[in-house]
Amino acid sequence: MPLPPLPLEAIAIGVHVDDWRGAVAAAGDALERSGATAPEYTKRMIAVIEEFGAYVVIAPGLALAHARPGPDVHTEGLSIVTLADPVAFGHPHNDPVSVVLGLAVTSSDEHVLLVAELANVFNDAHVIPSLAAATDADAIRALLGVPTATEEPS
Amino acid sequence: MKIVALCGVGVGTSAILKINAERALKRLDIEAFVTATDIAGVSTVGADAQVILTSSELVDAIGKTNADIVVIDNYFDVDELTAKLETALG
Repeated sequence: MPLPPLPLEAIAIGVHVDDWRGAVAAAGDALERSGATAPEYTKRMIAVIEEFGAYVVIAPGLALAHARPGPDVHTEGLSIVTLADPVAFGHPHNDPVSVVLGLAVTSSDEHVLLVAELANVFNDAHVIPSLAAATDADAIRALLGVPTATEEPS
Repeated sequence: MKIVALCGVGVGTSAILKINAERALKRLDIEAFVTATDIAGVSTVGADAQVILTSSELVDAIGKTNADIVVIDNYFDVDELTAKLETALG
């Protein structure tokens, strides 16, 4: 199963943030813009890290911002933010973070296929630095294996 | 054999860990049931587990357990998972 198409609203490149909260908020804003979530979900993604620490930094340079399913999730969604300057999340091995994925799911069971595809994409260790260096949305889409703008049916 | 993949909220990161742990076990030719859970569920779900896979950030939250706690740095690195599971289960 391929990842869902990434609308332009769900992609933000070279974003300037002051700290990890700003980075997670940017991923949440992208989810909101794409219609997947309400603002409350962004706050909950930040609260997860405040409660449990930086475990969402699951690979060198990559944070997977997420929270539980809830009424603030309209549809399953994925967003991606690359940072102009990497920020520390407080992870002992994987800081600093230059790529933040925002993930919103509607139920604990439904997201397994989506996550399996994420695992397929990111098992290639080159993908994270390549995403961080990408300068346009189609380069990011190509790295994630989702249709690029020119491939989308008209 | 039961292996628990643990994250803070039980979706997303623990599911990635579960999928890649299954890939590592396949490489090792070890049959095991891998399940994903959250901090709230780990005391019950993990009660009969041999191994709990998690992030260094969550180790202190696990509490008392008989399982081996295996810390994974890179959830996408199947080589790391394979090596650490081989040590824990071997």
